[in-house]
Amino acid sequence: MVAKKDAKQEVAVTAEDLAPVPIKAILLADSFTTKFRPITLECPKVLLPLVNTPMIDYTLAWLESADIEEVFVFCCSHSKQIISYLNSSNWLNQPHFSVKTIESHNCISAGDALRLIYERNVITGDFILVSGDTVSNMSLTQALHEHKERRRKDNFAVMTMVVKQSKPSQVTRQTRLGTDELFMAIDSTTKQLYYYEDKADEFKGSLTLDKSFLAENPSICLHNDVQDCYIDICSPEVLSLFTDNFDYQHLRRHFVKGLLLDDIMGYKIFTHEIRSDYAARVDNFRSYDSISKDIIQRWTYPLVPDVLLSMSTERNGIYRASEVSQSRSAEIGPFTCIGKGSSVGDNTIISNSIIGDGCKIGSDVSIDGCYIWRNVTIEDGCKLKHSILCDGVVVKSGAVLEPGAVLSYNVVVGKDLVVPCYSIVSLLPQPVKQDSDEELEYADNDNNNSIIPTINTVENGDLSNNWVSSEIGEGSRGFVWSVSEVDHEEEWRHSVAPIPASKIIELTQAAYEDLETVLQDDPLLPLPDEKESGSESDDDGRDESVYFEKEVEATFLRAVHENIKEDHIILEVNSLRLSYNMALENCASALFYSMMKLALDTPHSSAAELVKNTNNIVTRWGKLLKPYLQGIDDEIEVIMKFEEICMESGKEYAPLFVRILQLLYDSDIIQEEAVLNWAKEKEDADESDKVFVKQSEKFIQWLNEASEEED
Amino acid sequence: MDFQVVVLAGGASKKLIPLVSKDVPKSLLPVANRPVLSYVLDLLEKTNLKDLIVVVEGEDTCGLVENWISEAYVDRLHVEVAAVPEEVGTAGALRAIAHHLTASDILVVSGDLVSEISPGAVAAAHRRHNAVVTAMLCSVPVSGPPESGSSSGKDKTKKPGRYNIVGLDQTEQFLLYIAAGLEVEKDIKVQKSILRAVGKMEIRADLMDAHLYAFKRSVLQEVLDQKQTFRSLKQDVLPYLVRSQLRSEILSNEAQAEENGNEKDAFSNTNKVMLSQLMANASTPSFHELYASGPNGFAPVEIKTHKCCVYIASKTKYCARLNSIQAFSDINRDVIGDASHLSGYSFSAHNNVIHPSAVLGLKTTVGPQCILGEGSEMGDKCSVKRSVIGRHCRIGSGVKVVNSVIMNHVTIGDGCSIQGSVISSNAQLQERAVLKDCQIGADFVVTAGSVHKGESLARK
Repeated sequence: MVAKKDAKQEVAVTAEDLAPVPIKAILLADSFTTKFRPITLECPKVLLPLVNTPMIDYTLAWLESADIEEVFVFCCSHSKQIISYLNSSNWLNQPHFSVKTIESHNCISAGDALRLIYERNVITGDFILVSGDTVSNMSLTQALHEHKERRRKDNFAVMTMVVKQSKPSQVTRQTRLGTDELFMAIDSTTKQLYYYEDKADEFKGSLTLDKSFLAENPSICLHNDVQDCYIDICSPEVLSLFTDNFDYQHLRRHFVKGLLLDDIMGYKIFTHEIRSDYAARVDNFRSYDSISKDIIQRWTYPLVPDVLLSMSTERNGIYRASEVSQSRSAEIGPFTCIGKGSSVGDNTIISNSIIGDGCKIGSDVSIDGCYIWRNVTIEDGCKLKHSILCDGVVVKSGAVLEPGAVLSYNVVVGKDLVVPCYSIVSLLPQPVKQDSDEELEYADNDNNNSIIPTINTVENGDLSNNWVSSEIGEGSRGFVWSVSEVDHEEEWRHSVAPIPASKIIELTQAAYEDLETVLQDDPLLPLPDEKESGSESDDDGRDESVYFEKEVEATFLRAVHENIKEDHIILEVNSLRLSYNMALENCASALFYSMMKLALDTPHSSAAELVKNTNNIVTRWGKLLKPYLQGIDDEIEVIMKFEEICMESGKEYAPLFVRILQLLYDSDIIQEEAVLNWAKEKEDADESDKVFVKQSEKFIQWLNEASEEED
Repeated sequence: MDFQVVVLAGGASKKLIPLVSKDVPKSLLPVANRPVLSYVLDLLEKTNLKDLIVVVEGEDTCGLVENWISEAYVDRLHVEVAAVPEEVGTAGALRAIAHHLTASDILVVSGDLVSEISPGAVAAAHRRHNAVVTAMLCSVPVSGPPESGSSSGKDKTKKPGRYNIVGLDQTEQFLLYIAAGLEVEKDIKVQKSILRAVGKMEIRADLMDAHLYAFKRSVLQEVLDQKQTFRSLKQDVLPYLVRSQLRSEILSNEAQAEENGNEKDAFSNTNKVMLSQLMANASTPSFHELYASGPNGFAPVEIKTHKCCVYIASKTKYCARLNSIQAFSDINRDVIGDASHLSGYSFSAHNNVIHPSAVLGLKTTVGPQCILGEGSEMGDKCSVKRSVIGRHCRIGSGVKVVNSVIMNHVTIGDGCSIQGSVISSNAQLQERAVLKDCQIGADFVVTAGSVHKGESLARK
């Protein structure tokens, strides 16, 4: 009976395998970031035009071509706009391709979105997870097949990530898409992902792989030359995993890393590398720029302007829509696209730019590397370089846009005004309280009432506060968004403007200098002072204590700088002691060493000042030593440590040995017995070892006399 | 070829006690009845590298080695035997003989290497890339790492042990990462800067550093001078060179720069970089050169790099190091078995080697994959399987020898049974002694009828 039942189930399984399972896709129409602000305050990112077509169209067209049958478009911010766009487009009534929308107003991350989708219970089989800003022409057949094969053999293979080769610049450490460099460890044969590090920690010069990775397979490939396409083939478990781990927010930072670190559940992630196909995601302004160029240069075929918008193509990558009126003297350069109904005046030069529908470009204008959306007016004599101009922007005559400027909807740039590099201008004022959490992209359509009054104030002439007075152009409209100090440093990274050469030189130098410090900090490298040539086994023990000492010192310094309570430091040192398996006296000497080092590092001009520094530190922190000085032996250890310091790292102390010893005695850290015993121990030592005993002869004598007197 | 060869023959290795003694240092331990050092020397002779410096730890050991070499290799090789103090480590040994080194490149070979891989191939790879160091890597042998102790050589089912963890570039020509010794058991820490420069790095655990290196002499000497704490080539010098390859601290003074061609000047001048690349290998520049020349071929700062290369031996070639008792048994077994072409003997139709002067009693059988040395005598009804028996041994009747190595002048009484064991020279086994997985030191006497299992016995 049981056997029969099993057989039946088996048949059912194979039948299920054979039947073509309709593949579904989840399209996240919200990036849950703020990288496209202020533009995304007014329009959802997926509807922003990419070479005159909304981004979401690229994603949907690709999914349709990849034989996906059902797409759930998840809308959050500006959901109304997205739904009404989908309604007005043809996407909702295609045969064999159904597009459904899921709306939410309170999701703040991809994790929330997936949890909501799980609750809706619309996904039962494998599905594709993409965001609505993906541009790709890859065929999913191979990747899906691989994913299913793996699933059949191993139920824990829950996800296949699509990656593509793309080496980040060594200097800027970002890819041409402006995303941060990525470090991955992938098994060369099975393609299993073992390690994923996207926000590369600048200060860490090395990445650490768990030794267990190599236990199962003798070969792992480390990559710094791949880019994550953010196209994932997921099993339904992924959704339930998000529900189980309600703190997962970000797909990569939380979900992927969480899975890789968790070895209890044993879920595995695999990668699929595409070679000739195109896949990229518009993540920031730089990728917007790179992907636009790729589209113009037809890497994304068939998703190119002449197919999508039925433009005419000319050589040198020039695309022209119908009804373009262009002056004979105007020069349209290579890799340029001009939208329907736009006009270009006399002697105007346009190159490497994309111009939307209904734009009016005057005479003697020069435009290079710009993205000009719909109904933009550019008056005579303007100079524009590497800028983004949203719908309805007006640039009055003679104005200059320097590289990296972003003008949001309906901004007006006054006559002869120079908009400096990387300026961001919007009719909406910058939110006063900057949300540090980048997971937010609010300002929904529902909040329109809050926007209207601000616009009113702008029109009332509130502008003067925002344009720096010397730069006010007559008739300008808009708020200049200031970037915080931190972003300011980095604004060139994500801008559409090319990275200035001076920046590259600066970075190269920095990178090289970094390398030096990395080498020096590398604990694997034996530093000349630290390693003595002893026997090998001895070396190892010494290493341990050196690390321990360093850690204790770091703890102590932190305590000093952050003013942490003594109790807490003692706790921390105790835990260090346990993890390094050290004795109490090691703690005492390590802490003592840290104090002496701190005193030495505090600026001082004379020996007297050094003694004063030491005194201050000993009085302030001497208590720390107490729990570790349980007996005379521990105290002797401290004295010996001090000797060592005087001999090696802190020679400056050598002449002050007695004074500091006395100081330690006075502050009750060291008892006289310890000093006397130490002197006694040293009696038989070599002459060279007795330098400090000799130095302290008088002090010892005094101690001796004192104790005799007591008797 | 302007290569000078240094053979590091070591001293009395502690790991090999009780097999080694003051009369038989590690380098003279027999492998198929000839000293292990002879395998390296023959290999070098075959490659036409005939000027050698053999470095031995300790004066006494040095004398022994010198005597043997002058006897065995007279007229064949020009060998200089140098003694260095004991326990100086491989780096220390090279430091001690630094004044002997004059050639532009140095080939350093470990004296315990039993291999058929031509050092010439390593030297060629070294020259091709103008590398500062080239290391030979070979596949990890089947039987585990030396730490696995002295169990019999039978457990072949065990997973291959780990000797090294190495990081290679895509072309498997450059060494990007190496963990040796204790580090192998720790987590793998890879420098991001190297990974950034190369883009893709393969981490392998199935390769072993064969302890055969080609060094650029100026670099080697500079490192040895500057880093007085370095003791081992494998654990200190090589990892140091690998780690600092993108920020070279060597080749820093003018004299050496001249000596190494225009390399240093070339790095500061883009045009010359291109030229030197053309001259160097006329192919695509290595990631070192690309890194040094900076983005768009323009480097705002002078970047010094050096190359660490590898030569990966083919899997089919035999390569092993005699650095543990386990390895001693394994190598002896392999050299008379699977890798018999290394032994230099011609095997009989029965796939064994019996010296004409050896005497075999009635009904005594010597199976395949056995060697019986000169002048040894065996009594009646003995059985020898997969074992090496040295010279002038006296073996009684009814003795069983399986999977064992018996050195010279060993006396074995009637009815002994020896399995998976090593018996050093001049040892004596009285009647009916039973040994399984044991090591017997020189001159030791095993009493009659005693049974030992997995023991290491030596004269006090």
